[in-house]
Amino acid sequence: MISINVEKRLKAYSGQQWLKISHEFADGSITKIYGPSGAGKTTFLKIIAGLITPEKGIITVDGNAWLDTSSKQNLLPQKRMVGFVFQNYALFPNMTVQQHLEYASNDAQWIRRLLKVGKLETLTTHKPEHLSGGQQQRLAILRAIAIKPKLLLMDEPFSALDQKMKSALIKELKLLFAELKMTVLIVTHNPQELHGIADSELMIDSEE
Amino acid sequence: MPLVLPPSVLGFYLLVAFSPQHGVGKWLLNTFNIQFVFSFQGLVLASVIYSMPFMIGPIKSALQQLPASLAQASYTLGKSERETFLRVLLPNIKPSLLTAIVLTFAHTLGEFGVVLMIGGNIPNVTRVASIAVYDSVENMDYGAANIYSLILFCITFVMVIAVFVFNKAHAKSPLE
Repeated sequence: MISINVEKRLKAYSGQQWLKISHEFADGSITKIYGPSGAGKTTFLKIIAGLITPEKGIITVDGNAWLDTSSKQNLLPQKRMVGFVFQNYALFPNMTVQQHLEYASNDAQWIRRLLKVGKLETLTTHKPEHLSGGQQQRLAILRAIAIKPKLLLMDEPFSALDQKMKSALIKELKLLFAELKMTVLIVTHNPQELHGIADSELMIDSEE
Repeated sequence: MPLVLPPSVLGFYLLVAFSPQHGVGKWLLNTFNIQFVFSFQGLVLASVIYSMPFMIGPIKSALQQLPASLAQASYTLGKSERETFLRVLLPNIKPSLLTAIVLTFAHTLGEFGVVLMIGGNIPNVTRVASIAVYDSVENMDYGAANIYSLILFCITFVMVIAVFVFNKAHAKSPLE
């Protein structure tokens, strides 16, 4: 169980806004997170991953405190080991597809399986600049899953994929999520996009 | 400060600081038997201090231009700051790193004021090429000055061209 209660000040065109979220995510659940642009969806994911610190809040995972601003407790992102798919993919320009996965995992068999899931087996020696947008996005997803995280945070993870590729990938990913008993949070700007995948949803909107 | 301070002023302060008669210089001599004044080691140390900003500036600027998400992605994979720096950040600023190394080397090669102050002009010990040019002109030996200058010019020219060619090969066309 992941329990989150955070408050973070956001900078917006209309002045300062507050992102206030109090929510619990069940283990193994897949949650769709949606809301208007600039509402703080990406910020919310980064707070969970430990990449952004909120002004106030508590995050507990299976009873362990990851963040407690009142006692100035803040677990490093490296210790949280959360899989994170960045909206801009954040691929490393100096690494090939294979090297990306090897950077995340030492398990050669697991890497081979991931490459098959992402249909990137023939592109292992390619660097990101030589991959299409869809291939880059798939690599970003595979890299995040490569560490076998208990919690996977995905920021607009299917935006560059065509419908056919998206359906096939989601089908494979759902099997992996279930196998690894992963809790998954998926941010999307289109609430219809993840119909039938997510078993719960969370609407995010900031307030003044 | 080394970036804006006149080289002779920096050299003078280093000369005073490392003087074996007092302060740090005396302690270094008594404890480690090291003398930085009028020695090749001192010349190297002074050059490092003087040229450091020329190295740090371009590297810092290149690191700042990398998207923050690169380091963040590495952290979420459980990698430490050190490993992230060595395996993700540093390899992705290779052209800037090379430019910084070459320009700093070229700059150090031609250094005059600091080197003369702390190293003096001791033949076979602290006499560097740039001082040799000055020395030759002082002695009206324009032939030797010409040879020294030509060597320095060629080294610098080759390095600048090499950096230009390397960076051009790594630069992406805006139409790509």
